[in-house]
Amino acid sequence: MSTSSPSLQKAALEFKSTSLTVPVLLLASIDEKHIELQLQEKIAQAPEFFKHSPLLIDLQKLNGQGLDMDLQSLVKQVRDLGFLPIGIRGGNDRQNRAALDMNLPVHSLHGGNSAATHKPAAKTLAVSSEVEASKQPEQTLENKLITQPVRSGQRVYAKGDLIVTATVSAGAEIMAEGNIHVYGTLRGRALAGVPGNINSRIFCSDLQAELISIAGIYQLSDDLSPETAHKPVQISLDNQTLIIKDI
Amino acid sequence: MARIIVVTSGKGGVGKTTTSAAIAMGLAKRGHKTAVIDFDVGLRNLDLIMGCERRVVYDLVNVINNEATLNQALIRDKRCDQLYILPASQTRDKDALTTEGVGKILEELAKDFKYIVCDSPAGIERGATLAMYFADDAFVVTNPEVSSVRDSDRMLGILSSKSRRAERGEDPIREYLLLSRYSPDRVKLGEMLSVDDVQEILSLHLLGVIPESKSVLNASNSGTPVILDEQSDAGQAYQDIVARYLGEDKPHRFIEEEKKGLFSKLLGRK
Ligand SMILES: Nc1ncnc2c1ncn2[C@@H]1O[C@H](COP(=O)(O)OP(=O)(O)O)[C@@H](O)[C@H]1O
Ligand SMILES: [Mg+2]
Repeated sequence: MSTSSPSLQKAALEFKSTSLTVPVLLLASIDEKHIELQLQEKIAQAPEFFKHSPLLIDLQKLNGQGLDMDLQSLVKQVRDLGFLPIGIRGGNDRQNRAALDMNLPVHSLHGGNSAATHKPAAKTLAVSSEVEASKQPEQTLENKLITQPVRSGQRVYAKGDLIVTATVSAGAEIMAEGNIHVYGTLRGRALAGVPGNINSRIFCSDLQAELISIAGIYQLSDDLSPETAHKPVQISLDNQTLIIKDI
Repeated sequence: MARIIVVTSGKGGVGKTTTSAAIAMGLAKRGHKTAVIDFDVGLRNLDLIMGCERRVVYDLVNVINNEATLNQALIRDKRCDQLYILPASQTRDKDALTTEGVGKILEELAKDFKYIVCDSPAGIERGATLAMYFADDAFVVTNPEVSSVRDSDRMLGILSSKSRRAERGEDPIREYLLLSRYSPDRVKLGEMLSVDDVQEILSLHLLGVIPESKSVLNASNSGTPVILDEQSDAGQAYQDIVARYLGEDKPHRFIEEEKKGLFSKLLGRK
């Protein structure tokens, strides 16, 4: 871009809205030692995944049980473990103020938006909402349905789940931030849970893939055992290993 | 309304020009006014196969550059007055082809012709992508071998995303599989993919199987589209293909080996 004559017309920036998938730390105890131990266990399972990972701290459950967590020491604790906290939700008034003091945004319980931008901290008072809690894992992402074969050289990306009701050719690549379903032969590359979503799965009715991957953990066709090839399978991630099971 | 058929494959030497000549002649013989266009600028093959190479005065690029009118460049076939050939230029480079230029020619042809057959060059460059851009139907010529199948698959991907129909969000191009140079003996020996293998991989509607046949070489040496050799297996295969394309119901042929005589019959071998 030219900088010699900065036009006043030209926008130097733009605000856009986006939604991302971020791990949420849903606390059920205020025992620091307990928390420390269990967090370390989780990290040991997937160190790469958690290193410098953003983290949203959810205090709803604690406050529902009347347990008052000291936010300042919790934030220090998770930072020391390598997480980068990006805000809290479900906190009480004191916790919300503490968060803002640490330059951490206060998020609403519904959706990823900062509570401060529309309904200032009102929702956090609804303490007894058990139903809300079970609805939390949000699935409002954009799913994609493909009914034509995905050909060699083609790439398909879904921000949510990807469903293909045809074959995926060798040399084709399908990616999803969520799960992948292929109701046909999967010959190309399939990458689910692309941004690091370790709970994503791949389902297909005939596995002949060149590469399968969940949350960046991948396997090449050469590593696929003959027992799972050429039949309907589901692939999930367990402890850094891809597990392929018959359906 | 004219229908524009692109004969394509991605790979060279699989039988696109042979197929373009045969089906153009087949459609014209059935009374449909047909034009066949050679998009292989720089190689120019179609006029040889059609046996009209000595009658070429102007070509596709001349028309695009307004150096000749379409009527001046079109060559009427001597055997069938419903068939016209628009040859490619042998001397010019491929950049002479432009989307607007080709679009204008096809638009003009569409006023007068029922079918317009576009013989695509190999590869995925200018000539090939332009030949397919305006298509309504695609005849994907594939040989029963892995590399050819893969190239066809890639071509199908381009067809579904880079055509005018795709860009305008219209009904997609109708895609047909033409499995060419098929040899049941070699399939049996495991040297070639079978019809089923290829269809499994491409999941495409099979319009016909063209057997590997000496008649093709004989036909092209004499400048006669092989479909006119009614005795030959390849000629009959192309006749079936034209019939099926026009909606007739014809069982597939040339997929099984020829019967080997009494002995193998007695032994119950297929
Ligand atoms: N069915 C067939 N049997 C035997 N030879 C064939 C057959 N089809 C094409 N050929 C030969 O293969 C070569 C390439 O054919 P051509 O039609 O020019 O292919 P393309 O246009 O795809 O490059 C030519 O020598 C042709 O004679
Ligand atoms: Mg050719």
